[in-house]
Amino acid sequence: MNILDQLSSTPLYLISGIIILFVAGMSIFFMVRAYRAGIAIGMDKVKLKRTITSSFTFSLLPSISILLGVIALSGTLGIPLPWLRLSVIGALHYETSVADIAAKSIGLSGLNVDEMTLQAFTTIALLMAVGIIWGVVCMALFGKSYSKKLQKSGPSKKGGRSFGDNAMTAMFIGLITAYTGSYIGQLIQIQDGALVVTGQYLQLVTFAFSAVAMAIFVYFAEKKKMAWLDNFSIAGSMLVGMTAAVICGIIF
Amino acid sequence: MNNQEKELYLERYNERTHLFGRIGLLIGIILLISAPFAMGIVLDAMPDLSAFGKGLAQIAIIYIPSCIVEFLIYTPMLGAGGSYLAFITGNLINMKIPCALNARDIAGTEAGTTENEIVSTLSIAVSSLVTTVVIALGVFLIIPLRPVLESEVLQPAFNNVVPALFGAMAFKYFSRGKKLVAIPLIVMTVLFICVPSLISSVGFLMLLSGAITIAHSFILFRKEGKELEAKQSE
Repeated sequence: MNILDQLSSTPLYLISGIIILFVAGMSIFFMVRAYRAGIAIGMDKVKLKRTITSSFTFSLLPSISILLGVIALSGTLGIPLPWLRLSVIGALHYETSVADIAAKSIGLSGLNVDEMTLQAFTTIALLMAVGIIWGVVCMALFGKSYSKKLQKSGPSKKGGRSFGDNAMTAMFIGLITAYTGSYIGQLIQIQDGALVVTGQYLQLVTFAFSAVAMAIFVYFAEKKKMAWLDNFSIAGSMLVGMTAAVICGIIF
Repeated sequence: MNNQEKELYLERYNERTHLFGRIGLLIGIILLISAPFAMGIVLDAMPDLSAFGKGLAQIAIIYIPSCIVEFLIYTPMLGAGGSYLAFITGNLINMKIPCALNARDIAGTEAGTTENEIVSTLSIAVSSLVTTVVIALGVFLIIPLRPVLESEVLQPAFNNVVPALFGAMAFKYFSRGKKLVAIPLIVMTVLFICVPSLISSVGFLMLLSGAITIAHSFILFRKEGKELEAKQSE
């Protein structure tokens, strides 16, 4: 039995499966509680159902890309560990880099199946588990007090208006502008004192096509009163952007 | 349900959210840290703890600050129930946060309200379940799916899921906060063009652009508030 077969053996699937089931159970429990609470305080059922539909369609494409992360890592770590890491707690961009740092820090040249041993595997698994668990630890220890503090301070109000909503929108605009800047920086950058066009345009093209597609979705949803389109606008725009990336890849 | 009953109900709901959330996360932490040891027992190869110590020092320097910052920033965005779920299910920036904000937009709820807390929890729970099911299906169908997902033609699509997501969200948010976009966009673009090595640290630098945008938003908010007060006093 080679190492990848050992790392993908049934008991390892069982260990990962039990933890994934526990977290899925927790999601179902919180979902049912939130839905019931919404109904109990008189929220519109249609609104709640639209939340569920839009979140479902929204999550499909990013989930497929996360699955690709599982496939990418499975070449060196087998399937059960990447399955666990990317279903629970992990994030696509964290897991790959943490696994690589973990492999290097225990003396491998990188995530490399030829150098992988069983002990290296379990050590990497432990490093991945502990290395990025701190958000969960913070939430478990300080989530309650932090949430209560936020509730107490409340949204700052001016003339009956709340700043909380503006702050969330502003934070997200800040986040998107940072990523947009990084896509532009990928394409145009200063190298050795000269402005260089790198040719890495795919991120920017995908971003632009997705944004234009969203503009069209918004036009139809708002101006043509097709509100139902809102539920699919993100997933649809992403598909347009990703298709543009594929077409560019074929043509250029 | 009258107002007093509603308040009591919500108080109890919130208290229980924290109780169940904390219990869930504590069990989750124990399970996640036990998993490598359980795998070690099965494979007869326990983790090398001295190598683990050395590796952790390298990983902790990078990820402890980033996890703490995520906790401080995302908890107000997601509400308590949403945060308990989002932190244990992961993929926050590339899925849970945009998903919750999108659900909030569609449901038309305001940050800091109970309705928003409920919508956010519901949306993160659905999103987590979708990911769990998609990955589980993918894992069981990995042999037939592999050639499709790894085909060279489709690679540009799967390598650019995050730009596709942010492009769609950008149109929605940029058109909502037109006045707020220019400054952080110019600052970040110039920064990344001049120091391309910072591109890999975009996760940290979004704190800078976020701070700039929130400060600008607060100045505009106060200005509008004063104008409103002046109008009302006329």
